Amino acid sequence: MSFTQQELADPDLSKSEPDLAEGGTPRTGFFRAAGRPGTRVRTSRGWKFWVGIGVCAFFALLAIVAPFLVPNPNQSSPVGLQPPSPEHLFGTTNIGQDVLGQVVAGTTGSVVIGVVAGAITVVLSMIFGVGGAFLGGFWDNASSLVSNVFLVIPGLPLLIIVTDYVESRDIIVISVVIALVSWAGAARVLRAQTLSVRSRDYVDAARVASESNWRIMLREILPNLMPIIAAQFVFGALGAILAEAGLSFLGLGAPGGKSWGSILFFAQNAQAITLGAWWWFVPPGLCIAILGAALGLINFSIDERINPRLRTAALAKHARKMKGAH
Amino acid sequence: MDPILSITDLTVDYQTASPVRAVNNVSLDIHPGEIVGLAGESGCGKSTLAYTITRLLQAPAEITGGSIAWRREDGGTTDILTLDGPALRAFRWQEISMVFQGAMNALNPVHRIGSQIEDIFIDHRAGLTRRERRERAAELLQTVGIPADRLRSYPHELSGGMRQRVMIAMALALRPRLIIMDEPTTALDVVVQRNILEEINRLRTEFGFAVLFITHDLGLLLEISDRVGIMLSGRLVEENTPDVLLENPAHDYTRHLLRSFPSLRGDVPLTGTRYVDAEAASAFASAASAASDREEEATV
Amino acid sequence: MTTLEALHLRKNYDIRGTGLRNTVLKAVDDVSIVVRPGESVALVGESGSGKSTIAKMLIRLVEPTGGDITLDGEAIGRGRRSTKQYRSRVQMVFQDPFSSLNPSLPIRHQLARPLRIHGIVRTRAEEDRELRRLLDSVNLGPADEMLAKYPHELSGGQRQRIAIARALAPQPEVLIADEPVSMLDVSIRLEILQLLDDLKRERNLAVLYITHDLATARHFSSQIVVMRHGRVVERGGSSEVILNPIHPYTQLLVRAAPDPKSEPFVVDPERYRASPDVLITADDPGPAAAESPTHWARAWSDDPAVASLLASLTPAL
Repeated sequence: MSFTQQELADPDLSKSEPDLAEGGTPRTGFFRAAGRPGTRVRTSRGWKFWVGIGVCAFFALLAIVAPFLVPNPNQSSPVGLQPPSPEHLFGTTNIGQDVLGQVVAGTTGSVVIGVVAGAITVVLSMIFGVGGAFLGGFWDNASSLVSNVFLVIPGLPLLIIVTDYVESRDIIVISVVIALVSWAGAARVLRAQTLSVRSRDYVDAARVASESNWRIMLREILPNLMPIIAAQFVFGALGAILAEAGLSFLGLGAPGGKSWGSILFFAQNAQAITLGAWWWFVPPGLCIAILGAALGLINFSIDERINPRLRTAALAKHARKMKGAH
Repeated sequence: MDPILSITDLTVDYQTASPVRAVNNVSLDIHPGEIVGLAGESGCGKSTLAYTITRLLQAPAEITGGSIAWRREDGGTTDILTLDGPALRAFRWQEISMVFQGAMNALNPVHRIGSQIEDIFIDHRAGLTRRERRERAAELLQTVGIPADRLRSYPHELSGGMRQRVMIAMALALRPRLIIMDEPTTALDVVVQRNILEEINRLRTEFGFAVLFITHDLGLLLEISDRVGIMLSGRLVEENTPDVLLENPAHDYTRHLLRSFPSLRGDVPLTGTRYVDAEAASAFASAASAASDREEEATV
Repeated sequence: MTTLEALHLRKNYDIRGTGLRNTVLKAVDDVSIVVRPGESVALVGESGSGKSTIAKMLIRLVEPTGGDITLDGEAIGRGRRSTKQYRSRVQMVFQDPFSSLNPSLPIRHQLARPLRIHGIVRTRAEEDRELRRLLDSVNLGPADEMLAKYPHELSGGQRQRIAIARALAPQPEVLIADEPVSMLDVSIRLEILQLLDDLKRERNLAVLYITHDLATARHFSSQIVVMRHGRVVERGGSSEVILNPIHPYTQLLVRAAPDPKSEPFVVDPERYRASPDVLITADDPGPAAAESPTHWARAWSDDPAVASLLASLTPAL
């Protein structure tokens, strides 16, 4: 068993686990690497990914079934502002709506915004970031110019102005607007990463083997960008959910209380804090926080996958635990 | 002459999922003023050994056996492996210092050279004034052949060879009795490399320190060392003077390594044979079967 | 089989100088090289000498600022189809086995692509056969196992063999080996160089061996070209140049190379006086010229850089 020369050339890296092909399954692709189906499930290593994915899956599922679970979230009832009770697990709003029902229904809005905005962010950042960097020259300069302009424009004011201006304010429109404001940062990251990958030897080798540009992009460069792209999607989704919460809180979100942010808006309007009706704003707030944390955990696990040094820290802790008091 | 450093039966393991024995029962002595070369290829454990002596190992590496005895100036010995905390900090750099692989990247790019050298004095010589520190730093640079006005330069303003000399100057700062050099010239052009080696030799004669020179370039070691050790898979398979190794190598692997670099001006026939480390292979096989036995037990 | 000729190659880079002035960096300054079938020419130099830039120009990754590259005397067009044609005849082995293979693709894919692109194979059956043949020619096996593996599962030496196999896939006539072993462990370097040597002889390839290691240059190549700062300073038969280096820079290289089995080399700028067969002129007449000398060195009397090089040696001299 020997370390690769590269690892030994970098003293930090040589302290990480040797990249053995354990059990014969090649550690390829980001997804397979995160949780290897081996003879022993080493939860201490993949826990961030699984917890994150688990929570996201839970909320995603909730978002899908919500309309069936809670067909009428805005159903009011005569008793307003009731604290949590057996009939209303999260209490009621000031006009007697079931907060739990509201939160479940709101899941749909928030999750959709996260996914749509995240996807649009990724697509735009890939076009301007990866595309520009790959084509180089004039296209690179033009793409950089566009992304720099969008980067410089202050996000929240632009968001407010656009949502104010746009006629229909449904969820999809809000998502698009949020994505338009936030794609530029991701584009810069992708551009830097593409430039780095493009200068690697194996891309040169592909050119020397006379591969066409398209194939080089698809087969050589893109697979090596996948972890970063995945991370940017997660970031985008996270940012979008928070942005939407903020917008709704300001009253600029999609009307009709279709997301957690709008619940907060209504709660604020009805002076929930002063009235001490904590059950109204704490659940939506917690949901935002938990989903955000789950997305963050996924990103951390992606980081660990990409950067072997972070793996070492986890490994070192594991090693220390195994040795007991030493 | 008594050795200043005595490594006895040192064993270092990497406690990863399947533990790796990086250093396997190595014993080596270094005498005052001596240049001891340590040759071996990637994965042989020479860098791990160097980091163990200076106690720079990090988890999951773990010292699982042996001792490293250092002879103090008062005649007594200290086991380096037992040092900790302030005693270790006082020991490091003062008694034994190190020039790292990729030393050129070990310099902080946002600080001037002068301040990085002065940092050493700040840490270890608390009693000096700022002026004294600056003077000593200038002196150090001149010792390695760099004009004192370079104190105000940033690392990127110096050439690779000059940065390496700065690292050597820093290793010399507290006049240690042993300097460990881990591939100090590998990334340099061969002409600069030769200059640096001559510099090291000159400094060694002037200041009397011993050198543990670690590299994969056996040819280089044979030219400059007083003694050379060959490492393979964590074991020290042979150790002798360059003359004896060239004339009469005892171990097969040494012979294999010697055949691997053709003589520049001599007439040595080339053979591209592959060396199979039989000992390590059988050790690995038994370790692997033991590990799978343990695995079966654990999952039952 | 094909002779590769690179004549009067130049490559300039514009670098931003201090203030508003832009200086021109002459990475390659009027370099001519000829490689004939079955012959290996070593291009020796240190970092910054321009040897890697020449490799990139010869493989068309970089556009020369001036000069011509011909195969058997014919210049090849710059269009996409011509370049593909060119690359089916001239191929390259990269230096770094750890980065020249795409980490996310299996070996099979990386070897099969050049076969398909250059039309060497058309069906899956042909591909299988040819892949096995390629792996066999670089002494790697068993084929089924190898093809399914990913680069990180292979050792440095194995990866370099794959890189060589990939270069051989289009069945080229000229091979450019850019420091093919400098990142490998010492004890497997000779194996790989031996492999290249065997392939050269079997297929009558013209090989350009780029390296900074004089010893292997001498033993694996019949001709040697020494470069410094973008220019050729000495050229000739490899044993000749190494056993009797004339230019002070070549002498420094010879002196600097570790050679424990021989006597230490003494630099003597006056060596040329004892060597009447060496031609010393300010400009390189070029290897393609009719009366090309077998051993040529560039005159250094007017060169201040050489003077300072020699001065740096004075304590030892």
